[in-house]
Amino acid sequence: MSTALFDEMSLADGSVRTAYAKLARWLKEAPADLLNYRVEEAELLFRRIGITFAVYGDQQAQERLIPFDIIPRIITNDEWTRLSKGLEQRVDALNRYIADVYGRREILKAGIIPNDLVFQNAAFRPEMAGKSVPHDLWVHIAGIDIVRVDAETFYVLEDNARTPSGVSYMLENREVMIRLFPELFAQHRVAPVERYADELLATLRSLAPRSAPADPNVVLLTPGIYNSAYYEHSFLADKLGIELVEGRDLFVRDDVVYMRTTEGPQRVDVIYRRLDDEFLDPLVFRPDSALGVPGLISAYHAQNVTLTNAIGTGVADDKAIYSYMPEIIKFYLGEEPILKNVPTHRCREPEALAYVLDHLEELVVKEVHGSGGYGMLVGPHASKEQVELFRAKLKASPGGFIAQPTLALSTCPTYVNSGVAPRHVDLRPFVLTGSDGVRIVPGGLTRVAMKEGSLVVNSSQGGGTKDTWVLDE
Amino acid sequence: MLSRTADNLFWLSRYVERAEALARILEATQRLASLPVAYAGSTNEWESAVNSAGCSSAFYAKHEEATAETVVDYLVFEKDNPSSIVNCFEVARHNARAVRTALTVEMWETINGAWLELRRRPERQLVGEEFTRFLGWVKEIGLRFDGSASRTMLRNDIYSFSRLGMLLERADNTARILDVKYHLLLPEETKVGGGLDYYQWSAILRAVSAQTSYHWVYRQSLKPWLIADLLILNDQMPRSLAACYGDMVRHLDDLSRGYGRQGPSQRIARATRAKLENAGIEEVFQNGLHEFITGFIGENNRLGAAIHEQYLA
Repeated sequence: MSTALFDEMSLADGSVRTAYAKLARWLKEAPADLLNYRVEEAELLFRRIGITFAVYGDQQAQERLIPFDIIPRIITNDEWTRLSKGLEQRVDALNRYIADVYGRREILKAGIIPNDLVFQNAAFRPEMAGKSVPHDLWVHIAGIDIVRVDAETFYVLEDNARTPSGVSYMLENREVMIRLFPELFAQHRVAPVERYADELLATLRSLAPRSAPADPNVVLLTPGIYNSAYYEHSFLADKLGIELVEGRDLFVRDDVVYMRTTEGPQRVDVIYRRLDDEFLDPLVFRPDSALGVPGLISAYHAQNVTLTNAIGTGVADDKAIYSYMPEIIKFYLGEEPILKNVPTHRCREPEALAYVLDHLEELVVKEVHGSGGYGMLVGPHASKEQVELFRAKLKASPGGFIAQPTLALSTCPTYVNSGVAPRHVDLRPFVLTGSDGVRIVPGGLTRVAMKEGSLVVNSSQGGGTKDTWVLDE
Repeated sequence: MLSRTADNLFWLSRYVERAEALARILEATQRLASLPVAYAGSTNEWESAVNSAGCSSAFYAKHEEATAETVVDYLVFEKDNPSSIVNCFEVARHNARAVRTALTVEMWETINGAWLELRRRPERQLVGEEFTRFLGWVKEIGLRFDGSASRTMLRNDIYSFSRLGMLLERADNTARILDVKYHLLLPEETKVGGGLDYYQWSAILRAVSAQTSYHWVYRQSLKPWLIADLLILNDQMPRSLAACYGDMVRHLDDLSRGYGRQGPSQRIARATRAKLENAGIEEVFQNGLHEFITGFIGENNRLGAAIHEQYLA
């Protein structure tokens, strides 16, 4: 693995990569005033349309804007073709894996995945064992986090198979860019992303249970306005033209789900739920959940309603299972993974643990069940105390952690206070799987660590976003 | 549409309307209170502002006396007053967020913009011209919200529920202003040539933005029974009880046509409209203006409850 930083625009010798040629020229010629002015305009647009996100544990900033960087990130058509094939393969394997884990458990019988990683996984739902789901598909909407380390190599950093978010930023970033930089769009052939909403709706409709009418009623279930992703929920419901419901808007009678409307009860066939498993039905999961719908799971098992994603998909996306993804792909598809995994030390294995404890200063250590950039150690950037804290944690429960080499994440030119400077980025493309096929819109959400040298791109940790351009030529 | 969405829309419009009504009441009060006693009389105008806003018991639990400061603070900024102007916008924005998908961008931007603007406001009393400007701003938000609704919304049930909220609140506000001031409109209170009440009457008209309308309709100097006629029975005057009910019946009819069934809301609204259509102002005065108005406020509340029961629950 190379250790030199790879910048997606500028090569080490100062020359510019072909795909960025026009953008680089434009950046060089644009007066500073113009960029500043566009930044202000963008901020105003976002503020007015109300894209805000709530950060857990931060009352003051309950509604804050995610920083938006006005310099687009460019991906060539060739790169994208390779990425999208790899994504399709990966999500296919994820779906087969989950169906297997709740079904015949062949991968466990074959000894490829240790039993305890499945059965002691907090995201494993015993309620789903032996149950089938409509169309035998589990992960309908996946967000796969990708990082790049050099001109050739993309790694999958993480699979998100539960309720991945961020797609509204992908769509809104593009809208704002088209308004602010028409001249750049005139110079580039950027593949559009706007049909994502139509693709998502088609996917959701294709997943309706067989008992549903030809024109199924699809709704989006949100935890409500205090959820950090509420903006996205309402944005998507709007774009799809479906109802945005909360648990209290739904009720179940005779294993059929209805929503309360001004015209009386109306049957619901597909629920795109942005609510975690354990809140869905107080009769089955957390009894204290006021966000869910009593009886929902019973209706689900009766196959009178489709939940997207299915229940229990978390069993496929934690960081311990992640390390087995290459094996999982081979087992179900008999293919080599197109997208690589970051080499991962499973601390549950004694030799790996010993190695990790010896190299804490170089490694990134992550909690198996953590997300959002919380609970992780970035060795090279950590203080002595932090390193020792993680050493103790690792010794106490090695199975709870994995470790990876500190990747030299690629950088992209980013507009910061001091001007245009390289900042680390990742990419989250969204993969839709319906009963009628897989749909991936070209691009995804690029997240950028706004702080110099920082590798943490999560919005909860001060990360920003960029528009992602897949060049269609 | 979802009952909860309809409920949110209904109350969103009610709260925007309420904020605007409060701004107009405060404006009229401020003007009246600044007149010399010889013109305005010795009544405490700030007290009647609190009564018109319908929150006197809560107000006196907090303040001993109704003065310019205490009333402005309570009706505009008080966090514990659920209907203070600031809270009206807080609730309106909260509801708007919850029904983002049902609002047009223009409506959302009006509410969200107002809410952001209020958050930026310095934490101190507004004085003099600042306060006047602030009230003007509140009225302008009402106009923008109303205007963007009528210019950008689809004419479907979403529109009907948002209009119903606004109209029900508007009728309630007009009725409460009349309820607080009804004694000034009674004939036995009018002294020949007495200048005192003139400014009070004019303040009533000001509180519903109807001074100019009055002169267009009646072409004579202010007469208390004509003011009552304008505010209660004249269906050309957009804040009159008759106009509000004419519009509410239309929106309720639209709903029942769209949904293919009628209910108590349609019946109650039609009955009240018929009462307003058939009454003459002499008859209203003969049977007691006060009784008429309190009766109306009760009817209006019953309609609100019926709409809730039929559609919003």
